[in-house]
Amino acid sequence: MQDIIEMTGISKRFGVVQALAEVDLSFRPAEVLALVGENGAGKSTLMRILEGVFPPDTGAVVVDGTPAAFAESRDAHAAGIRVIHQEPEIVPDMTVAENIFVGDMPRQGKWFLDRGALNRRTAELLAEFGMSGDLRPTQKCDRLGPAQRQMIEIIRAVRAGGRLIAFDEPTSSLTDDEARRLFRIIRRLRSEGTAVIYISHRLNEVIDLADRISVLRDGRIVSTTPVAEETPDTIAQKMVGRELNTLFHRTPKLQGELVLEVANVSSAHVQETNLQIRAGEVVGLGGLMGAGRSELAKAIFGFDRTTAGTVRMGGKTLPPGNTAAAIQAGIGFAPEDRKHESLLLMRSILENGSMVIPDLVSTYGFFNRSRAKDVVGEAAKAMKIKAPSLDTLAGDLSGGNQQKVVLARWLARSPKLLILDEPTRGIDVGAKSEIYKLIDDLASRGIAILLISSEMPELIGLSDRALVMADGRIQAELAGDQLTEQNILKHAMPETATAA
Amino acid sequence: MTDETLNTSSATARQSLYEITVGRIGIHNLSLMLALLVLIVVFGSLRGDVFFSTRNLLNMGMGIAILGVLAISQTAVIVSGGLDISVGSIVGLTTVAVASAIQSSEAAGLGIAAGILVGAMAGLVNGVIITYGRVNAVIVTLGTMAIFRGIAFIISNGQSISIFNDAFRQIGIGRILGIPFPIWVLVATAILFQVFLSKSIVGRNFYAIGGNPVVAKFAGINLNRYRVGTYVMSGAVAGIGGILLAARTGSGQPISGSQGLELEAITAAFLGGCAMQGGKGTVAGALLGVAVIGILNNGMILTSVPTFYQLLAKGSLLILAVIFAEYQQNRT
Repeated sequence: MQDIIEMTGISKRFGVVQALAEVDLSFRPAEVLALVGENGAGKSTLMRILEGVFPPDTGAVVVDGTPAAFAESRDAHAAGIRVIHQEPEIVPDMTVAENIFVGDMPRQGKWFLDRGALNRRTAELLAEFGMSGDLRPTQKCDRLGPAQRQMIEIIRAVRAGGRLIAFDEPTSSLTDDEARRLFRIIRRLRSEGTAVIYISHRLNEVIDLADRISVLRDGRIVSTTPVAEETPDTIAQKMVGRELNTLFHRTPKLQGELVLEVANVSSAHVQETNLQIRAGEVVGLGGLMGAGRSELAKAIFGFDRTTAGTVRMGGKTLPPGNTAAAIQAGIGFAPEDRKHESLLLMRSILENGSMVIPDLVSTYGFFNRSRAKDVVGEAAKAMKIKAPSLDTLAGDLSGGNQQKVVLARWLARSPKLLILDEPTRGIDVGAKSEIYKLIDDLASRGIAILLISSEMPELIGLSDRALVMADGRIQAELAGDQLTEQNILKHAMPETATAA
Repeated sequence: MTDETLNTSSATARQSLYEITVGRIGIHNLSLMLALLVLIVVFGSLRGDVFFSTRNLLNMGMGIAILGVLAISQTAVIVSGGLDISVGSIVGLTTVAVASAIQSSEAAGLGIAAGILVGAMAGLVNGVIITYGRVNAVIVTLGTMAIFRGIAFIISNGQSISIFNDAFRQIGIGRILGIPFPIWVLVATAILFQVFLSKSIVGRNFYAIGGNPVVAKFAGINLNRYRVGTYVMSGAVAGIGGILLAARTGSGQPISGSQGLELEAITAAFLGGCAMQGGKGTVAGALLGVAVIGILNNGMILTSVPTFYQLLAKGSLLILAVIFAEYQQNRT
């Protein structure tokens, strides 16, 4: 039997929402099957059923021809099914080796941990996967980056005999370089006979990596085809079910007066940074994870305290470490992590939208619901937020709509400068293209934009010029013909640049 | 569901009466009301003759007035993500301050001013250490709980200070429309905090800060100012509690009457639906929690439960309240 694990006729309903309808998928050994679809298409639900988190209403996961009824994840793991989650679950206080072998540590006698064997076997596994340079068996896990955490979870899955490994948006928190290494690992898994499911919004990646590709839309499989028959455009069309406009809009425009001036700013994570942004200008900020891009943005916004230098808005110096003053001076900030930095998930769109505009939604210091509804409602409409009402909880929205709520909040303030930190991370193609269009619109209305992005095409496609950061410093400024993926990478990794 | 674009005129679906009731009052407050009913039935059937007498009901009201005021401000503190376990000691300290002020000046007004001022100062100490010393609020207020109690002992030399000012005593024993004055203070506090927490921008920011401080900071809310302000508020309200207590007992006492108040206030807040990590809690819930504690206290005395066992009951109630609150938090 060639298909080792299949999902047949899977349907799942949550209340009134038909999350999945009659989904059939088969996972073959030594093959990468890509699963794509917009947010809310049912990918996560499908993965949870595969992993036994909850059962389907109808249909079954079939392992080696026998329908399996998983009562919990443990059963799915026993059948060799593993899902590598977006946010890998590791114990921060344990070592790399302990995390890999957790629940099944080598013993000495009946009671004692055999630490020697533990570390030795971990070292062997790391070497086997070419990760010896990244992880040491005895290293504590509390300071590991997302890429390293992911490596630990992959090794854990393989070691436990995983024969079907699903990757759920694995590259969303990785730099391009880390992503390339992940692809090498995935190709290696495939060559050793593992069946791989690869879920991603990044269509170029998917085409590069996968053998077959399945498109999920509104809980149904729209198509499953060999990847050679598809292009990013054809896939995107199937995902959305309509033609997409060209992804990036760039309207050439006049640049206005100086809005932001950062002079010799240092903080705990950035050193002596200088930058200027004019009205109507989109300035990109590129670099690898940990290069200090978000930290620079936080220093400008007064979220992090600066230790030296000045931030000036419209010629006026901002007091350090004071977000309220920054907002007052006309800065808006959509941080990287929507769920933890931007939104109160248990509160409504109305409340989240009102957060930075107390003066517009209150009378004599008291919240004025009808005024708030007017102001936030208008911004929400302009952003085309899809939700049943303004009272819908932010936590119930899709990633794209959550980001639109954050943007709506700032638009209601009419900022002079908008800082967007990874504005399209984890957002589906449709919403992405809307946000790109919005960025262009805002710039043509004279708003200065500082755009942080790890997605090269986005950074290059949207920015008038881009600054590249590494080690907390701005290493280069690129514009026009110089603004290429290669150049950005060259400056993002200064040590390799000197070596070359 | 997510396919429809935003509809600003809220589409009202047809709901049953049950759903509307649960939606309005909240499942949590409904279950508290049920608990109240059970307590009333139990104590009513055991000692109905005394329990339902006007005298006992007013007694009960007096008993929960101070606790109620403290539980309401404690709710605001917990909503903002903090906790103040020094309030009982601040009450004790302010009774001593109030009594000393009146003893030396013979002016009721000065006593009231001293009470609120001393309470606010104590709160300022808490707030500054918590905010700028970056120490956990539980630890700081645990420490100041002992410190404030110690200061009260030092000032009073461990003695009770009597208050002979009649005008001031009226605060504790006077009545308006047949209802004792402290109960009016509780009602006023409840209305004030209800409006503050649910309607004012500053009050809504309490929920934002407690719900997620990072989000609040990104939204331009000055966390430090709010944190300090929260504890000053808590201290000042405890000062009001101290004034009421001093007026009722006619004395300033460093220890008696104020001990265990923090336990009961915090219990009431959690009974009322506060979440340990902040961002959740209501005045109505706190009042219901206070009622549960008041009836339990009163009923246990009426049915002659020994004092030692009453402590067991109170401690268990706090733990049960937090377990219940956490359970609800995890379910949603």
